[in-house]
Amino acid sequence: MGETVEIRWHGRGGQGTVTAAKVLADTCLAGGRHVQAFPEYGPERAGAPLRAYNRISSRELRMHCPVLKPQVVTVVDASLLESIDVTEGAVDDAVFIVNTAKEPGEIRAKLKAKPGQRVVTVDATRIAMESIGRAIPNSPMLGAVCRVTQIVSLEHLLEDIEKSFGKKFARKIIDGNLAATRRGYEEVKEG
Amino acid sequence: MARVAAVTGNEAVAEALRQINPDVCAAYPITPQTELMQRFSSFVANGKVDTEIILVESEHSAMSACVGAAAAGGRVATATCGPGLALMWEMLYVASGMRLPIVMAVVNRSLSAPLNIHGDHSDAMGARDSGWIQLWSENAQEAYDNTIQAFRIAEHLDIRLPVMVCMDGFIISHSIARIDYLEDDPVKNFVADYKSVYPLLDLDNPKSFGPLILTDKYHEYKRAQHEVMTRVKDVVLTVASDFEKMSGRKYELFETYRLDDAEIGIVILNSAAGTAKDVVDSFRERGVKAGLLKPRLFRPFPYEEYAQALQRLKAVAVLDRSDSFGGYGPVFMEICSALYPLAQRPAAVNKIYGLGGRDFLPQHAAEVFAELEEIARTGRVKTTKEYIGVKE
Repeated sequence: MGETVEIRWHGRGGQGTVTAAKVLADTCLAGGRHVQAFPEYGPERAGAPLRAYNRISSRELRMHCPVLKPQVVTVVDASLLESIDVTEGAVDDAVFIVNTAKEPGEIRAKLKAKPGQRVVTVDATRIAMESIGRAIPNSPMLGAVCRVTQIVSLEHLLEDIEKSFGKKFARKIIDGNLAATRRGYEEVKEG
Repeated sequence: MARVAAVTGNEAVAEALRQINPDVCAAYPITPQTELMQRFSSFVANGKVDTEIILVESEHSAMSACVGAAAAGGRVATATCGPGLALMWEMLYVASGMRLPIVMAVVNRSLSAPLNIHGDHSDAMGARDSGWIQLWSENAQEAYDNTIQAFRIAEHLDIRLPVMVCMDGFIISHSIARIDYLEDDPVKNFVADYKSVYPLLDLDNPKSFGPLILTDKYHEYKRAQHEVMTRVKDVVLTVASDFEKMSGRKYELFETYRLDDAEIGIVILNSAAGTAKDVVDSFRERGVKAGLLKPRLFRPFPYEEYAQALQRLKAVAVLDRSDSFGGYGPVFMEICSALYPLAQRPAAVNKIYGLGGRDFLPQHAAEVFAELEEIARTGRVKTTKEYIGVKE
């Protein structure tokens, strides 16, 4: 990835998508980098489609508008593929990271991804159910983003999740999220 | 050692207020300012500051309580936005007329109707004649730095005036970005202990604030307010110079970006200036001499300095994120007033953009620069005022 990485997240209200973008920004501060994380604000309703964005750069970030040409597109809820064109504006070598039990090849066909674009999948909802007991797939998605982009090390990400969640949640939930993040990292499939 | 963090603009300003630890803070919640005061209230509740927080029933009461507390002799801060600032309207003039150095974060938001909670400069522009100093901030870092400087400016004994620190609602207030915080001790030393002047609570020396003054002296009183405003820019620069010594970060009356040899330029406030700077770079790469000016001190408006900075341009576009319906945008009116005395001045156009949080995209800035190239070449302005980024 180049000196600036731009990420667009697609999710639904209540899945922790905005939190994931915030945790990623915080984690990427490492090494003196500049970061941004911001959602598109509208009426906030559980289940409603939402977008969030990250910019991560070695240079000062001056752009204060949505990411229009993402290098990374993260789809936290695969049902959005039926209603939203998640490929809009994606660069020719973009990578799509989709939360689904389906094979990457099937998703690639559905997205009509360009030859230079990568499509990876991770069954983040199942991982979340097994690790946390709730269908909140943000932690495994963060693990997958970490693996695919190499933007930050897994160890660093886990430390940061521990720090961010430590203030708010019980030990059991933190441990569940750490395990879910690690599994998201390990169970990425590409095709 | 500075601390680096990834925080929202609201969080950054709340952190500045924690470090400053004002005596009194009276506030009323309103989106997108709510998070700022919620975070500061947590500092109060957790004993991180010993500020007395006064929860009131409206913004009019918030500013009234701030006026009372400041007149009593306290260091006072508050925050609001959009309709909240509009509801303070009457009391804004009381604060400045009584020369009370209140510092207020304004998280810029549009005004109703129709109801809209997003970033827009209509609120602070509506308050531009209220006798408050206005500092504007591109990002969370500037909002934090301006808040710290605002106390020194407001409380400077040459002026003693209230200060608004503006940042864009949601675009900055709710976006997470990297910030370099200063340590507590240097900030505390920088703002220093508050020296109250003529405190009402000095019961041995009773005094009156805000008395009735009719046709006999009101006119003179207002002239005095005008005259003190003429001293503000020097104070702003002195405080900025001290701030630079502490932080290494340089602030002036406005920021110029690649403007020195520019032939065309944009004047634009706050967050959109950041986006436009990246577009300046792309025009420069194509060999176009483009530049940018971002106002910081909007009230008082340093006309001569602006004229000097812009005089060599062939064409300038002033972008306003608010409108004076039936008139030109407020920043455009000031820039034209600044340029008028020049014998040779750039052609000027006014673009209204981003109302109610409409995204300001790089393509919008690029279209404006393209039009400026055309104006510079032909010397002809087709339309003086125009809305951009409009869905047709």
